[in-house]
Amino acid sequence: MSTVQEPKITKDLIAEHNINEEEYQKILELTGREPTYTELGIYSAMWNEHCSYKSSKLWLKTLPTEGERVIHGPGENAGVVDIGDGQAVVFKMESHNHPSFIEPYQGAATGVGGILRDVFTMGARPIAAMNALRFGAPEHEKTRHLVNGVVAGVGGYGNSFGVPTVGGEVEFDERYNGNNLVNAFAAGIADTDKIFLCAAKGVGLPIVYLGAKTGRDGVGGATMASAEFGDDIDEKRPTVQVGDPFTEKCLLEACLELMQTGAVISIQDMGAAGLTCSAVEMGAQGNLGVELNLNDVPVREENMTAYEMMLSESQERMLMVLDPAKEEEAKAVFKKWELDFAIVGKTTDDLRFRCIHNGVEVANLPIKDLGDEAPEYDRPRSEYPAPTALGDIPADFDPTKALMSLIGNANGASRRWVWEQYDTMIQGNSVQLPGGDAGVVRVEGANGKKALAFSVDVTPRYCEANPREGGKQAVAECWRNLSAVGALPLASTDNLNFGNPEKPEIMQQFAESILGIGDACRALDFPIVSGNVSLYNETNGVGILPTPAIGGVGLMADWAKMMTQNFKDEGDVILFVGKNGTHLGQSAFVRDCLGRVEGDAPTVDLDEEAKNGAYIRSLIDDELLTASHDLSDGGLAVALAEMSLAGNIGATVDTKTDIASMFGEDQARYCITAKSANVDSITARAQEQGITIANIGIVGGSALKIGDAVNVNVKDLRAAHEGWFPDYMAVEAAE
Amino acid sequence: MKSAVILFPGLNRDRDMLAALEKITGHKPHAVWHADAELPDVDLVVIPGGFSYGDYLRAGAIAARSPALAAVKKHADAGGLTLGVCNGFQILTESGLLPGALMRNRDLKFLCKTVHLKAENTTSAFTSEYAAHPVFPCPIAHHDGNYTIDTDGLKKLQDQDRIAYKYCDADGNVTQAANPNGSIENIAGIMNEKGNVLGMMPHPENLIEAAHGGIQGRHIFESLVEAVA
Repeated sequence: MSTVQEPKITKDLIAEHNINEEEYQKILELTGREPTYTELGIYSAMWNEHCSYKSSKLWLKTLPTEGERVIHGPGENAGVVDIGDGQAVVFKMESHNHPSFIEPYQGAATGVGGILRDVFTMGARPIAAMNALRFGAPEHEKTRHLVNGVVAGVGGYGNSFGVPTVGGEVEFDERYNGNNLVNAFAAGIADTDKIFLCAAKGVGLPIVYLGAKTGRDGVGGATMASAEFGDDIDEKRPTVQVGDPFTEKCLLEACLELMQTGAVISIQDMGAAGLTCSAVEMGAQGNLGVELNLNDVPVREENMTAYEMMLSESQERMLMVLDPAKEEEAKAVFKKWELDFAIVGKTTDDLRFRCIHNGVEVANLPIKDLGDEAPEYDRPRSEYPAPTALGDIPADFDPTKALMSLIGNANGASRRWVWEQYDTMIQGNSVQLPGGDAGVVRVEGANGKKALAFSVDVTPRYCEANPREGGKQAVAECWRNLSAVGALPLASTDNLNFGNPEKPEIMQQFAESILGIGDACRALDFPIVSGNVSLYNETNGVGILPTPAIGGVGLMADWAKMMTQNFKDEGDVILFVGKNGTHLGQSAFVRDCLGRVEGDAPTVDLDEEAKNGAYIRSLIDDELLTASHDLSDGGLAVALAEMSLAGNIGATVDTKTDIASMFGEDQARYCITAKSANVDSITARAQEQGITIANIGIVGGSALKIGDAVNVNVKDLRAAHEGWFPDYMAVEAAE
Repeated sequence: MKSAVILFPGLNRDRDMLAALEKITGHKPHAVWHADAELPDVDLVVIPGGFSYGDYLRAGAIAARSPALAAVKKHADAGGLTLGVCNGFQILTESGLLPGALMRNRDLKFLCKTVHLKAENTTSAFTSEYAAHPVFPCPIAHHDGNYTIDTDGLKKLQDQDRIAYKYCDADGNVTQAANPNGSIENIAGIMNEKGNVLGMMPHPENLIEAAHGGIQGRHIFESLVEAVA
């Protein structure tokens, strides 16, 4: 019957599947015999780090995941949060780091495709995307090529699919030389009573395969993403999938149309570990068994083995359980969108996961154990080194030179070159585009006023110096960015990118970061509703900076009240909310102007964050402000420059001009502007609430003047700020 | 004004266009699936933007050979108003309803930003409402918007006043620096000889209400409403 003889299970074969001895013993126990080759593949897919979270689960459990508005937290394809009027926002962030380093365009494109699929699988139409990208040092030989490919890939997929990209981060650091990071975020809107889940219901119901055909691309992708890179990296290229945004767009429309008919009982996208993971999750979550007949799987290559079909990561595929009574309606939708579909199996009542190929049963495993019994490790941790001391800061450093460097270097320059390659305006609801504190998108339906704000943030150098405070700061900055535009922060998603968890120091870094994130999320009422962990971001033993990216969603009742960071009119008064700058450890100034990476991360006072944020939102809600901007990298001076640049107007500011006051990166701070008539009520409210506020200047003129220290024409600021990225990328075009 | 929007798999600004037409004309447009060979009785047919059939083969090439496009041709030949935006423009050139072709952008990258346009002809059915303020901002979002045409064809467009919109700077100067995609003569939109078919790369449907930061895109649709009144 079977034309292909499956290989014999040997020690080497087990090791190739990244399964250790102890794990193999457990496999023998659960299976009750030696596994078949296909079964070994299934275990490796379910038990690798990427799918099982075996190193991280213990720590992820400590995160706050519940809240008044949370409908579904982690465990589903994406988090679901109530936004009133019977609507919910569905969102998640996920990494595609390893594939993007090997094949930047396709790796990034399929990362975007995967996260969009997670969102619309739940019945939500995607309305916004963001991405957090990290690359090696600009002068590293691979960096330009990776930037070019990743940005084109993110755009190529999202633009064609038709979702606006409204925000993101791009950062360069030599610690990403061997492992760039591509973290893709997507959010969609669904009716709260029409959320679709993956748990199958009903025995003997057809399991339907929908979407693109299955090929050999991506076989072993999730396993690849669970290992370090070595010198054989180019050999891994065949494990990267190829994206087809056209098919995904058809899949989106077909799924949403099908869901309207009531035919869909449960649905799961085929992401990491493809058919294996989706079929097992459907059955296990629904307390049912699953039987698949692999001869019915639509394939695009000849002679595919059961093993290859079960481990393929071909993109744009879905698995669903359909109501047999609505089969004809469902077929009509599939035909309209010209998508391949096939009944590939059925639900059973025996809690087994069976795969039949050419009449031979190639797998028969206990379906619930595949997930429930996956290994879980409390990996050893070692004491984390204390932050280095901050050396002397030269008091006479030229502040103008510092400012021009901080707004014009690789990490401070405008990201326009990047975001202009993304469709930011499609769907006609983008009310705040990239470049501001947060992207803001109007929500259709409701009353036409409601909007959602989105931001993604983390400061990896803080996390490296002090994982606990760095974890807190990532959450605080995201929360602050949402507050700065006037949105009430609702909930967040985390994308935890770290090195090799088998190294005790990395494991400690990971654990501490999560504890910091948890503390901040609890204090700021900002639960984590979805997320993704990417470990083993190391090449030849060198790990990335710890990068726990936080993606946040905020709600605004009326987008017309939304605040932007640009200075608006001559005569507007500039107010500074928060404490005077003192902290220079790990600051952009010390890194970029002094060329030193030293000191502790800034401390995050979560009470002060909560208080200042609520204060800013109340001012915006009462329409007392004309501009608002949070302070982050580069402190007050950089924030002022950004407000000038965005508004194309200068300002005269009277404030302390020592280096720490100008460039310190203390937390919980904002710069705002208001009409002079409103200043008294703004400061009075601050006094009532115990908020530190200072009137520091006035908007106007063509230059930004800060005391006697800085006097720069906005035109010159712009040349510095806008120049770096296009100039840097032009070198590749010339090559 | 009664309108219809043609839908192809892979289009993605169809919802934007349907919403804009409804908001401006006050009537819900008909949505016509590409497999339909018959159009409803309408004044205006719109082919919206996106990536029909993934832009595979060549942008617009597959859609241009669909049953619905045959019906659009009939409608246009009979003098019916026809608007193609972005991918819609590409489909109109691919189908031969408009001359020339849209090549990959000069910088070979997808580009999305707000540019300025100048209405060169302010007497047509698509442009009359710009007579008082011919220079206006408008979003673009495309990878293949670099319009080209042979010398004779270009001369005909110029002689017959068929260049509807050109890329310009905020002050209305038509310069190379203001040309986002390298198109010949800064062309952003052109008309057919009879003046009832217009194709353009920019997206007026994304600049029609306060939430878009401006309403200057409305005037194209208002010109059309005026033309059929």
